[in-house]
Amino acid sequence: MEPELTKKERCMLNGECGEGKRQAMEILFALAKIYGAKNMVPITSAQISGVSYKTIGDAGLEYLEDLARKGTKVEVPAYLNPIGMDAQGWEEMKVPKDFAQKQFAILNAYTSMGANPTCTCTPYLIGVRPKVGEHIAWAESSAVVFANSVLGARTNREGGPSALCAAICGVTPNYGMHLDENRVADLVVDVKVALPDRSDFGVLGAIAGGIARGRAVAFKGIKKADEDMLKYLGAAMAAFGSNSLFFMEGITPEWKIRDGAEKISVDKPEMGRMRKTLDETKEEDIVTTGCPHASLAEIKEIAEMVRGKKLKKPLWVCVSRIVKEVAAKQGLVEIIEKAGGKLVADTCMVVSPMEEMGYKSTGVNSAKAVKYLPTMCQQRVHFAKLKDLVEFEGAGKEKVRKK
Amino acid sequence: MIVKGRVIARGYAKGPALVTMQPISFLGSVDPKTGIVIEKGHELEGKSVAGRILVFPRGKGSTVGSYMMLQLKKNGVAPLAIINLEAETIIAVGAIISKIPMLDMLEEDPFSFIKNGMVVEVDAERGIVRC
Repeated sequence: MEPELTKKERCMLNGECGEGKRQAMEILFALAKIYGAKNMVPITSAQISGVSYKTIGDAGLEYLEDLARKGTKVEVPAYLNPIGMDAQGWEEMKVPKDFAQKQFAILNAYTSMGANPTCTCTPYLIGVRPKVGEHIAWAESSAVVFANSVLGARTNREGGPSALCAAICGVTPNYGMHLDENRVADLVVDVKVALPDRSDFGVLGAIAGGIARGRAVAFKGIKKADEDMLKYLGAAMAAFGSNSLFFMEGITPEWKIRDGAEKISVDKPEMGRMRKTLDETKEEDIVTTGCPHASLAEIKEIAEMVRGKKLKKPLWVCVSRIVKEVAAKQGLVEIIEKAGGKLVADTCMVVSPMEEMGYKSTGVNSAKAVKYLPTMCQQRVHFAKLKDLVEFEGAGKEKVRKK
Repeated sequence: MIVKGRVIARGYAKGPALVTMQPISFLGSVDPKTGIVIEKGHELEGKSVAGRILVFPRGKGSTVGSYMMLQLKKNGVAPLAIINLEAETIIAVGAIISKIPMLDMLEEDPFSFIKNGMVVEVDAERGIVRC
């Protein structure tokens, strides 16, 4: 059965709306066929990955420039994932010049098609918050989980090109997470341990994601979780298990468990084992946080932690440009910079060329970063709570100092 | 013989087949300059996909693989056409943006009747394979 197209979608496929829209619809139509979608569904926003020059390279750049040259424009608000450097502070970051030039060319191609250069993996922290039941096409894996699970919006795990095509056509194939019948948990995880730190949620996500391997998960036993905690949980689940949806009893807007779903529990010893597995080294050249991008609440906490002190090692707090500007207005950027830290905007430790900046080991509080730093940046990783990673001149680690 | 299939990317090509039962990643496993498979231990290691009707089960690995297929095409070393058992996103998107004709879900198992070196015609306008 071929997917049914509306008159407008058919026009796009036939090339009556230009070559860019024709090619984008051809891709969406093929994907609809592959995944058995009966039709397309209109979307209210798109979030596009494949923006860092480090990940898409010259091939991606040429494709985007070609599409932009054809005069292709997006039909719905479209937001970009992080790029490979701070667009304003790349020289200070010691990003190679030719890398920066290619990166700006990619950004230009996207913006000339009408995409917003938000350069963040957390559009939901800058006001892009689709409502329950709203259809969207997002690509960044951690944002996909957040949108489906915490906001109750509906998106599949798009790739860079498919999210771009959805933005260009304003629709996405109607299958998977867009349909009620697939928004049901097949794995119930009873959490029998307290999760006081954000990094604990990453550890839980790594465990649950690895077991679920793509199946939707329902969590029981978690009494309290703020949005940042849910962000770390979802990011780890996506990184370790290609997950796109979880429920949390009493916390998420949806809660549906399939009859006969597998049931497991997670206890303290298991959390401890996973934490050990994630932690490769106790030494680090640099400490990075903000994977996914840090919220204003996290930045406030960090500012409190470092106020009036001197950091022993470089500290990167990865954020979106918009959140950094808000933090600057509140004086938080100044406090962190005085201590020797940096708010790195538009990018993160994973998609920037860290290995070319002389770093060999990185301290992180994000399980997702543990997954990608070794392969994408050749880093050895120290995984711990942020307060245990941050060290000050004239004192031990924050933890020690407090005793 | 003529076998029907599902059209993923339209077009037409005719040439010698290169067949593998192993999935292929176009990011890291195929040299974009030469089209030679460089993945250690892959059945096709050392062989070039350039100018071949490439028959394999499905793609694997990073979605950036789609862009690498376009790079192969621009370097003149892309496969002439692709036949998959069942298409997935990476290869499908790569084939469409690179204008490489592609079919999947043939009515007969392609591994049963397409052998290495055999000249195969892929008509991805009408959805048929002839050899």
